[in-house]
Amino acid sequence: MTDLTMRIWRGDENGGELVDYTIESQENEVVLDVIHRLQATQIPDLACRWNCKAGKCGSCSAEINGMPRLMCMTRMDQLPQGPVTITPMRTFPIIRDLVTDVSFNYEMAKRVPAFNPPPMPEGGYRMQQIDVERGQEFRKCIECFMCQNVCHVIRDHEENKVNYAGPRFFIRYAELEMHPLDTNDRRELVREKMGLGLCNITKCCTEVCPEHIKITDNAIIPLKERAVDAHYDPVAWLGRKITGRKKRTADEAAADRP
Amino acid sequence: MAVDDVTITEVKLGGRRGGPDVPTLRTDKWWKLPLTTVVVLSAFVVYATWAAFLGTSNFFYEAHNLLSPFYSPCFGHICQTNNVTSSPFLDWWKFSPALIILVFPLGFRMTCYYYRKAYYRSFWRSPVACAVQDAHTKYTGETKAPLIIQNIHRYFFYFGLVFNVLLTVDAVQAFIWPGGGVHMSIGTLVLCLNASLLWLYSLSCHACRHMCGGQVRNFSQHPIRHKLWKFVTPLNAKHMQFAWMSLVVVALTDVYVRLVASGTITDLKIF
Ligand code: SF4
Ligand code: SF4
Ligand code: FES
Repeated sequence: MTDLTMRIWRGDENGGELVDYTIESQENEVVLDVIHRLQATQIPDLACRWNCKAGKCGSCSAEINGMPRLMCMTRMDQLPQGPVTITPMRTFPIIRDLVTDVSFNYEMAKRVPAFNPPPMPEGGYRMQQIDVERGQEFRKCIECFMCQNVCHVIRDHEENKVNYAGPRFFIRYAELEMHPLDTNDRRELVREKMGLGLCNITKCCTEVCPEHIKITDNAIIPLKERAVDAHYDPVAWLGRKITGRKKRTADEAAADRP
Repeated sequence: MAVDDVTITEVKLGGRRGGPDVPTLRTDKWWKLPLTTVVVLSAFVVYATWAAFLGTSNFFYEAHNLLSPFYSPCFGHICQTNNVTSSPFLDWWKFSPALIILVFPLGFRMTCYYYRKAYYRSFWRSPVACAVQDAHTKYTGETKAPLIIQNIHRYFFYFGLVFNVLLTVDAVQAFIWPGGGVHMSIGTLVLCLNASLLWLYSLSCHACRHMCGGQVRNFSQHPIRHKLWKFVTPLNAKHMQFAWMSLVVVALTDVYVRLVASGTITDLKIF
């Protein structure tokens, strides 16, 4: 059996450092297994979050060799030879070791205006299968927040956190905007206050999503196009100036097309 | 729901972050892709500039009716002196028509969602790769001028469609040679390939997908738009591939026409 070098960040809000630990390698392990063995044998005080060990709870997000990944879904034998660096998510404040304070995301979740269906018709609400299917992709999100973590808008520019929902919540806004029973129009909200324009569609969120949600193509870009419909479209703007009409809602605009 | 009704909850800023303060901890060759993008895009820009400003001869091969895509629709003085008979208007325009023509495809590609990703990453390094520090300290994304202009992408898409039609007409005309009769050569096929790839690039555009049907809330009430959307969605997933293929092929088409027109190679006749 060969030895592994695990280079783990140890510290808290007062600072910290990378510390090397050597441990025997074992077959068929994921990074989280090695972390658990280290906790059991050498560093009982190492803090890390985990829960399902099946890539479904979204707790064990960390950065492995510099890339955001789930520790429980990263196989040791697929990492290159040499020391394996494990650091906490960079974008959120540190609590201890590999555990960060992800409450930024909960604040952004609270801001999303809730689903708002029309009054219940007789016989209940009905939705067609094709409309149900459309939002399914977004519901696969496990809230690991790795997309939020990798997004340079807040990862490298702390000040943007004030007004930035981030990719995880852009998919929520997109899902609601594509919901046939929702009556809210959130297009101006995402443009004005949720920082949709800050995203420069460089797709890192899509690259790291463990659920393979096409965040940029299927949620952010559709939202950006909706913001064009609602706000930027120069021809529509000119039309409004000339006719003195107000901006139309998404449904009014869509109803005009065949 | 009004925008102002939404409660903007408070976010704590400035908490100390974990991990070492280095630009990246990535150990893979993350710089390879942006570097390739810089090389290929720069090569294209240099070549297109040369072709537009200086390559004002040999862009048309009369015998087989092959017109370079950079010079279509051909107008102005230069086209007449090169015997392009298809569009003999604006003969007072003494410069290369490519200077005007290229504005539209260039605008389409500059505002394209895929190319934006490509050049924001590789040229502007914002960010150059995922989990690698942004090269700039201040960042406003696409919320301010000049980048706010990216929002007019759909209009460039419409212009792009006009050019696709024109280049398709060129490809069809390349089957009809001045001596009469219908013929085909390698050059005809090159023009057809170029036009097809440009169509695929346009149809896979994100703005196109939105306008086809992405815009509606309710697919079940818009069956035609749902069909259109279902048709362009798989193309949209390949938008990056079409973007690169069409870019390379449009340049190679120009090269091919020039090589043939200058007599460097012969355009093999198939029938
Ligand atoms: S595509 Fe947009 S939201 Fe996703 S990581 Fe990049 S900047 Fe952030
Ligand atoms: S969208 Fe993907 S990366 Fe983002 S929180 Fe959900 S599962 Fe994680
Ligand atoms: S432990 Fe649940 S996702 Fe990794």
